[in-house]
Amino acid sequence: MNDMNEEESQLVEWLADMNEDDALPLAKRMLLEDGKNPMRVLDLCRAAMDIVGKRFEEGEYFLPELVLAGEMLDIIGSIAKPLIKQGDGEEVKKLGKVLIGTVHGDLHDIGKNIVSFMLDINGFEVKDIGIDVPVKTFIAEIEAYQPDVVGLSGFLTLAFDSMKETIAAFDQAGLRDKFKIMIGGGQIDETVRNYTGADAFGVNAVEAVNLCRGWTGAAA
Amino acid sequence: MNTMSQPSTMIGPYTQTPEAKAAYDARWERIMACVRLEQPDRMPVGLHTFFWPATYGGITFKELMYDYDKAKKVCFDAVMEFEPDGVFPLLLGTSLGRSLEKLEFKQLQWPGHGVGDMQPFQYLDREYMKAEEYDDFLFDPTGFYLQKYLPRVAGAFEGFDKLPSFPGLHYFRLVNGIRPFALPEVRASFDKIVAAAEEVNVMFGHHLDWTQKINAAGFPLFNGGNSIAPYDFIADYFRGATGMMKDLYRHKDKLKLVLDKAAVFISKMTIANARAAGNPVVFIPIHWAPDAFMSPKQFEEFWWPSFRRLMMELIEADLIPMPMWESDCTKRLEVIKDIPAGKCIYWFERTDMVKAFEVLGDRVALRGNLSPSMLTTGTPADVDAAVKHLVDNVWNKGGKLILDGAFGIPDETPVDNVRAMFGAARKYAG
Repeated sequence: MNDMNEEESQLVEWLADMNEDDALPLAKRMLLEDGKNPMRVLDLCRAAMDIVGKRFEEGEYFLPELVLAGEMLDIIGSIAKPLIKQGDGEEVKKLGKVLIGTVHGDLHDIGKNIVSFMLDINGFEVKDIGIDVPVKTFIAEIEAYQPDVVGLSGFLTLAFDSMKETIAAFDQAGLRDKFKIMIGGGQIDETVRNYTGADAFGVNAVEAVNLCRGWTGAAA
Repeated sequence: MNTMSQPSTMIGPYTQTPEAKAAYDARWERIMACVRLEQPDRMPVGLHTFFWPATYGGITFKELMYDYDKAKKVCFDAVMEFEPDGVFPLLLGTSLGRSLEKLEFKQLQWPGHGVGDMQPFQYLDREYMKAEEYDDFLFDPTGFYLQKYLPRVAGAFEGFDKLPSFPGLHYFRLVNGIRPFALPEVRASFDKIVAAAEEVNVMFGHHLDWTQKINAAGFPLFNGGNSIAPYDFIADYFRGATGMMKDLYRHKDKLKLVLDKAAVFISKMTIANARAAGNPVVFIPIHWAPDAFMSPKQFEEFWWPSFRRLMMELIEADLIPMPMWESDCTKRLEVIKDIPAGKCIYWFERTDMVKAFEVLGDRVALRGNLSPSMLTTGTPADVDAAVKHLVDNVWNKGGKLILDGAFGIPDETPVDNVRAMFGAARKYAG
């Protein structure tokens, strides 16, 4: 976004710098008092999240910043979205659809949630189907959602077998070549990728975003 | 040493032969030599598991949690077969099903209670203390525990939210103030807590019995007590993962005060427990130190100071901290090096052990770190090669390495891979 006025640049900067105390009152004022187009405010948020994502990628930001950025975005989004009227502007076209869930037997979700958030702010449409997801549920959700990428998450070592089973079931259902599969979680490495038959694994949310960009042909 | 002339001794109901005593002493000395950064006669191997003894002995994970006799048998058999130099107090890590049930424990789901009979227990990451309750915790941690925290984490304590606030009670106000103890909810809580405590006593009796039996057979427990880093204590058990991460920005000053306070009572508790257990090694699983979790600056500002203080207090009490650094902590090595030499065991999970040896080899004994994916999905030949890699690049270069899995033996590990691990240790390093 190159056409920002001073106040808009200020909001982007405060959001990107984790200055919640100044950013939130300014966003609220823009939306509730100044009558600013809510789509414009959400665009500013997106510009700020681009900076957050880059800083994460460059090793300046870590998980606390992603979590706080997500929280700020939620707060502003919850005020902006009810104010959107027809004709305010169009939703940005999404880069691709990603379905993500934690495999059966595993209840962990912190990593999965952060990956979902990073994919979302990087322009992907994400459907998160939760934790301890049975194979049948994955298949039903995939058939309904038609994703470009499926992300399987798992923290425990038992997830190795759950992932292998889930991917084998995609194969049996004739779905395996309809999307790419990425896996991730505390213990996941190349050995596990090979064992489960996934297309790729990632050790953090940036790697997940880069995998999805590569597969959907989206420019970084 | 001629042990044949020594008499046998009794450890509880079990006879320890002079040979078993000599073997026990040799195993313990092997670990202690590593701690002192001296060369032991061979590379020690630890045995640390959670549900793997069930896999090994052919019982369910649920049985390991609920059936004390079956649990003792499979855990004893594993020790006898693999002859480790130090053994985690295996029952304390798993045989808690009955106690958890009587306590109506809410922070876990475990086999028979929320997850399947062949699944491990899993912790429920939640906000058990709200951000606005920092002040309550800081002002009166005991009061906060009694009236707020305990009822949130265990059903047996739910009546405690009716207890009086103790500070301020005095004279006739104290007499009148005890009326809540007569409430039916409070009485019910006490009944449940007593029943749970009796169950924990039963479990603990089995733990002692099993410990005496392996000791008599010549095998020391690796560690007695456990502890926790102050940051992890608050992040995992009070604020929850996302709550804590936000607190680094929203409540940083109060968070630091709470960490300082927690370091004091965690240290007191740990020293008391380790002394009661009669074992100087304190196992400290570390959750929030990994490189990916926070910036180097945040690590040095929020995580490390209270943990270093805790470690120093344990060292001053003649204990041996054994932090188990989960995930990859490569970028933390230079910071966590700042402790006295020859006093700690640093156990690494995914940090490259060769790199850890290069940075910390003259400071601490090392433990670990065969990869969980290799142990569970690889072949015995893969395991052999991984052990050889550690022996060639750490042990043979002077590293005081205690071999183990990255976080012990993963639950699903094929038994032949564990045989390969212990076999390779003897083959390549004594």
